[in-house]
Amino acid sequence: MKKKKLILSFPEKTVTSPVTYMLVKEFDLEFNILRAEITPDVEGKMHIELRGNDEKINKAIKYLEDTGVSVQEAAKDILIDKDSCVDCGECTSVCIPQALSLDSKTGKLLFDKDKCILCKSCLDSCPVKAIKLNI
Amino acid sequence: MEKTIEEINQKIKKGTAVILNAEEIIGYVKEKGVKATAKDVDVVTTATFGPMCSSGAFINFGHSDPPIKMGKVWLNDVPAYAGIAAVDIYIGATEPSETRGLDYGGAHVIEDLIAGRSVKLKATAPGTDCYPRKEIETYVTKDTINQAYLFNPRNAYQNYAVATNSSNRTIYTYMGKLLPKFTNATFSSAGQLSPLLNDPYYRTIGIGTRIFLGGADGYISWVGTQHNPSKERLANGTPTGLAGTLAVIGDLKEMSARYIRAAAFKKYGISMFVGIGIPIPVIDEEMVEFLKIRDEDIQVEIFDYSVQRRNKPSYGKVNYKELRSGTIKINNRSVRTGPISSYARAMEIADLLKDKISSGKFYLTDMVQPLPLNGECRSLEVLSQEEF
Repeated sequence: MKKKKLILSFPEKTVTSPVTYMLVKEFDLEFNILRAEITPDVEGKMHIELRGNDEKINKAIKYLEDTGVSVQEAAKDILIDKDSCVDCGECTSVCIPQALSLDSKTGKLLFDKDKCILCKSCLDSCPVKAIKLNI
Repeated sequence: MEKTIEEINQKIKKGTAVILNAEEIIGYVKEKGVKATAKDVDVVTTATFGPMCSSGAFINFGHSDPPIKMGKVWLNDVPAYAGIAAVDIYIGATEPSETRGLDYGGAHVIEDLIAGRSVKLKATAPGTDCYPRKEIETYVTKDTINQAYLFNPRNAYQNYAVATNSSNRTIYTYMGKLLPKFTNATFSSAGQLSPLLNDPYYRTIGIGTRIFLGGADGYISWVGTQHNPSKERLANGTPTGLAGTLAVIGDLKEMSARYIRAAAFKKYGISMFVGIGIPIPVIDEEMVEFLKIRDEDIQVEIFDYSVQRRNKPSYGKVNYKELRSGTIKINNRSVRTGPISSYARAMEIADLLKDKISSGKFYLTDMVQPLPLNGECRSLEVLSQEEF
């Protein structure tokens, strides 16, 4: 079982295609939609996590691309500048998926990348601007 | 067993003083009891590192040639107050830059100076017989300016508040970003490590007390503004909200940017993280009773910051152990919590102060005058001349 985070961009003509349905039906993949901004007849974006075997994931990506969906690996990441961070914890309360938390022993900031859904809520909460979006 | 500050300082000099931080004392008392702790332990170090808006620095630049009586002054485009003598100014932490808005302000100027970075000084003046120069533009660092010291009118609040938001829009406050409909709540206190929560009746912390301020030796110079000792207290002496405060002073040139950091809160403005450490002498058993305080013994009230009034609705009280768990209950729903003051950095300061004392680089002081134990914080009423 492999996990892969992808950003799918749907051009206008593919917005109405049932792509996520096909991912389950034809490729036997589990998926988790982390973020989606799709309006019919307008370009949409979906941040998705796929779970399944390697071969099926690759076939699914090929299928998506053939349909006209552009597929990018979600290489974006939240980056915490440890030198600037003062471990105040301000970002932890605005982090709904709880990817940011404070170590219960040391009080230092912890970041669990796997839980992060790139909602960016933490970015403007940081009073010392230590959190950046890594592209 | 009672001890004087003088006796404790003798032990520090001999290298035999026993010093614990305010977290370590909790376990020590639990194991050995109050009586033995009062005998064994000499000093407990407390600390806090949080945003403290009521902060700023006095600077004397030295005189230029020809000299100037500075009328309007800017440091990196941040206005400073110059209505004192010719080259004396006060730069407040929250003053925003005229060119960079809320991203840069007085606190950033102070941090830049402490870090040794150069700062652009601009001043204008009317010009007088004794001070003919009408304008000046130059660059200064902490090493080139004549004097610079932090003078913070209100720091180290003895407890604060929990902030939450009942409205259906995100609000941006000095307590940080508060998401709609009770999604999160923030708090700001070092709790069991905090100076005035470990000496709730100001028995050892008073005017004249030597402290750790921003990496340097500092002093408590006066009672802090909005000092409110009459706030409701629990049986253990700790107040459940905004109570005592300290005005503090210390040499900016000796400070470290690790313990003084500028903060910018989106859509609110600028503040400054101030690191303060205060040693508490273990003078008797009663002091141990106060020092053994734990996060679960300290309560604080929850307020709705979406109500834009002086008195905000309360949602009851919680303790700091609950707050640090990451979730509290408000009206029976789970609300995610996060601090805005750094416990990790406060602990670092408490340990640094411990090391300074045990290596004989920091001696304790008797206070010159105690902080008031009575009196309240007055409000400002809006009156016409007739009503007055």
